[in-house]
Amino acid sequence: MQALYAQLLVGLINGSFYALLSLGLAVIFGMLNIINFAHGALYMMGAFTAYFLLNLTGIGYWWALIIAPIVVGIFGMILERTMLQWLAGLDHLYGLLLTFGIALIVQGVFQNYFGSSGLPYAIPDYPQIGDWRGLQGGINLGFMFLPIYRGWVVIFSLVVCLATWFLIEKTQLGAYLRAATENPTLVRAFGINVPRMITLTYGLGVGLAALAGVLSAPINQVRPLMGADLIIVVFAVVVIGGMGSIMGSIITGFALGVIEGLTKYFYPEASNTVVFVLMVLVLLVKPTGLTGRAA
Amino acid sequence: MSALTDDTIPVTPRAMRDEMMVFGAMAVLLALVPLTDIYPFFVMQALCFALLACAFNLLIGYGGLLSFGHAMFLGTAGYCSAHALKVWGVTPELGIVVGVAAAAALSVVTGFISIRRQGIYFSMITLALSQLLYFIYLQAPFTHGEDGIQGIPQGYLFGIFNLSKPTVLYYVVLAGFLGGFLLIFRTINSPFGEVLKSIRENEQRAISLGYKTDQYKLLAFILSGTLAGFAGSLKVFVAQNASLTDVHWTMSGEIVLMTLVGGLGTIFGPVVGAFVIIAMQQYLAGFGQWVTVIQGVIFVACVLTFRRGIIGEIAHYFRRSL
Repeated sequence: MQALYAQLLVGLINGSFYALLSLGLAVIFGMLNIINFAHGALYMMGAFTAYFLLNLTGIGYWWALIIAPIVVGIFGMILERTMLQWLAGLDHLYGLLLTFGIALIVQGVFQNYFGSSGLPYAIPDYPQIGDWRGLQGGINLGFMFLPIYRGWVVIFSLVVCLATWFLIEKTQLGAYLRAATENPTLVRAFGINVPRMITLTYGLGVGLAALAGVLSAPINQVRPLMGADLIIVVFAVVVIGGMGSIMGSIITGFALGVIEGLTKYFYPEASNTVVFVLMVLVLLVKPTGLTGRAA
Repeated sequence: MSALTDDTIPVTPRAMRDEMMVFGAMAVLLALVPLTDIYPFFVMQALCFALLACAFNLLIGYGGLLSFGHAMFLGTAGYCSAHALKVWGVTPELGIVVGVAAAAALSVVTGFISIRRQGIYFSMITLALSQLLYFIYLQAPFTHGEDGIQGIPQGYLFGIFNLSKPTVLYYVVLAGFLGGFLLIFRTINSPFGEVLKSIRENEQRAISLGYKTDQYKLLAFILSGTLAGFAGSLKVFVAQNASLTDVHWTMSGEIVLMTLVGGLGTIFGPVVGAFVIIAMQQYLAGFGQWVTVIQGVIFVACVLTFRRGIIGEIAHYFRRSL
């Protein structure tokens, strides 16, 4: 049973990354009508930013959690201003091709300097309060041993996902954003700066990817290609969940992570492929995806 | 929203004549290659990729479907041909048949699944399906995982053509390429091709005219996948190996890149694009990962400033269809 719980936890962690990444993809697609193929590369940049902060300037994990999404978010906004904005009005597929090119560039540059092997990033050992040494160590829950850092990733990701949902569905800014997704011209006529909102939205989506990168750095190590294969799984997640609903992306992300974890326990050979197989089944039964509108 | 290939010029008798002349010139030039100093292995490899890109272009240029998983057909046909040739010891023509049949069967299944969604979702689904196959081939015993199938015997095609002679192999590959190219050319200019174009331009209207668009798209997908498989089987004789590289998503990306550079929806664009990209990889082989970076830069540059591609720009300049 220990092993089952351990795999479930791994599944929840992967699910957190799926949720954070597919959430960003959905938000970006809503505003920009672009499927951001560079999402995996930007996730990787988030992890590398944390690595650089620690090894070049000595800035630790907690600050990296704030700084890395901002740095990568700004990089994303520059990409949007200099390149993506020129694709408005063209076929969606050009956005996919352009961001694929960006992903190749970013991953290629990092591979050149860091090869393909993983760089270690330690779990933070501060603040130290009593017996607690930051997020190191674990708690015995009785039925399983819970490494604190892994529990932290799941809970923190969930909080970030729900906060994003709240921002988009329940606030004034989110209302503008949803309105601009439906009809940008009309929203502009009300005096709202839609192009700036588009840029900020891209920054937000990319920032979420970078945040996921920082979270994953101590677990999966920092590698130039860490996002390359992940993004394809996330695409399958997006096809399964559809991009029409924010909450749908979050739930689908976590649920698929858990299913993947269960597969690792019961039938490990299929753990790489289970998400893709599920995608096929969903397409056969309900082609529009579980929550999505027809597209 | 403008389509990917928005300024295609209607097919007229003059356009057909232009295209046939260019085709003739291309066939003659390629046939003369063994008389020159050009490394035949390079041209053979480029021809395989050119056919692959043409097959891919049939789907995007005429059906409006961007497949990001065409490597799965290349790799599947490659693995099946290689296995049949090496383990079962079949003749080359049977080896090709096995590979093409496998790719055809795969394209029926994957086509049925992926055409259920359009546009951007179609691309993501094909990408995910090819990744699924990648993991299957990674674990399947007959592909030999990371090592791939090596040292494949070339044998005698139809019992007479000795494929281990570079010149003979070159003309066999050239014949395969020209045959596949003509089949695509014929398809584009057939009533079936016209219906495909109408689906690309306005699917709703095609449906209202009584066309079962899903069947047309599925048929185009199967044709494209099968021809991509044919390219994969030919490539086995050239490279004499089948490996995971051919099923990886980077390969799917390269196919897209070749077609984009040459011109999406142009007839000769994919051929030119394949030669440009393969030549670039040859000359830049020593630069390691910078090749990936350069490919990325070409993607970005093409999408931002050069959407018609090389042949598309030429055709646009001369107001001809190429």
